[in-house]
Amino acid sequence: MSTVFRVGMSELKTATPKDVLMALGLGSCVGVCMYDPLIKLGGMAHIMLPDSSQARELSNPGKFADTAIPALLELMEKNGALRRRLIVKIVGGAQMFSISGNDPRLNIGSRNVTAVEEALAKYGLKIAARSVGGNLGKTITLDTETGIVNVKTFNCPVFQL
Amino acid sequence: MDVILNLNELQLDALREVGNIGAGHAATVLSQMLNQRVEMEVPRISIVPLGEICETIGGAELPMVGVYMRVFGDVTCRMLYLYPRNSALSIADFMIGRPKRESVVIGEIEGSALKELANILTGAYVYAFSAFTKLNMLSSVPGLAFDMAGAILNSVLADIGEQTDYALVIETKLSVADINATGHFFLVPDPDSLTLILDALGVKGGCQQSSGSECQN
Repeated sequence: MSTVFRVGMSELKTATPKDVLMALGLGSCVGVCMYDPLIKLGGMAHIMLPDSSQARELSNPGKFADTAIPALLELMEKNGALRRRLIVKIVGGAQMFSISGNDPRLNIGSRNVTAVEEALAKYGLKIAARSVGGNLGKTITLDTETGIVNVKTFNCPVFQL
Repeated sequence: MDVILNLNELQLDALREVGNIGAGHAATVLSQMLNQRVEMEVPRISIVPLGEICETIGGAELPMVGVYMRVFGDVTCRMLYLYPRNSALSIADFMIGRPKRESVVIGEIEGSALKELANILTGAYVYAFSAFTKLNMLSSVPGLAFDMAGAILNSVLADIGEQTDYALVIETKLSVADINATGHFFLVPDPDSLTLILDALGVKGGCQQSSGSECQN
C-alpha cells in the first residue's frame, strides 16, 4: 500500500518508492517536484512567496522560492539523490483573482514562477515539465514509483506531466 | 513579536464585536435586498496557521465560489466571500429575478450578480466598521473565482506570509433559509493594521499576560 503524504503550504517533503506526495489546491502557490529516477526518491515543495529578503519571519525555508529550492535540494541530496539525475517539474502560480489589474508586480503567481525558475537555474537544475500561470487552481500528486506528476484542475480531466 | 499570537481575551472580544456589528449591518442589507429572512451566526474569530487555513472550511479541494475584495485606507484588510456552488447559483437566481434553480453555471451575469452582492455587503460591513473605529476605509472592486477552496484561500492570504505564519480570521456565516443558501464571509486584517485597529478600539494594552493568553484557538 502506498502512503499519501500531504505537502501543506510552505512545507517541503521527500518520499521513497511506493509513496505519493500531494499538494492540494495550489493557487498562486507553486509546487516544485524533484525526482531521482535511479533511486526513486521524490521531493516536493509547496512554495508560497517569491522572495525572502522582504520577510520578517524567516523560520520556515519552505515558504519562499529563494530558500525552498536549496532546502529541498539539500534534503534530496541528503537522502541519496544526485543533482545531475534530478527531474524537476513545476506547477501552479495562477492568478485566481484579477482585481489587482495586470500589474505584474502585484501578481504573486507569476512572481512565484519567475523566482522558482531563477532559483532552479542558480543550482543548475533544468525544468523538465511545467504547467504554470492561468487562473485555475491545481492539485498535484507525485508518484515516486514512476516520477509521474498528475495535475488535477477543478472540473477538468486529470493530466500527466 | 507576532501581534496575532499575543492577543488577549479582551482584544479578541473587541475584534469579535466589530465583526458582529459589521456582519449585522451586512445581514440587514442582504435581508432588505432579497426581501428574505437572513440568519447570521455570531462571528467566529480564529487564529489559524496559514498552512491549515483550508481545514477550517472543510477541505482544500471543495469547489467554492469566492468573491474577493481588498479594503484599504487607514487600515488594510481582505474580505472574502465563499459560497458552495449551489448557494451561489440560488443567490444569483434570486438577484437576477429568475425562477429558482434556473441558473446552472456561474457565467458572466451570475458572476456579476455575486460581485455586486459582495460590493453591497462589504459596503455595509466597512461602513459599520469604519463608523465604530473612526478609521477611514474604502473597498476595491471585487474579483471572482470558481475553484478549489484551497486555491482561493492561499491566493488571498499568500502575501500575509511575508510578515507572519498566522492569520487572524473573523468569520461569519449567513444563511437565507427560503432559497436554501449559505455563505461564509471572512475579514482578515493585514498584520500591520491589527495594532491600529486595536488602538482605535481602545484595547491597545500591548501583550499583557492576562488570563486570556491561552486564546490561541
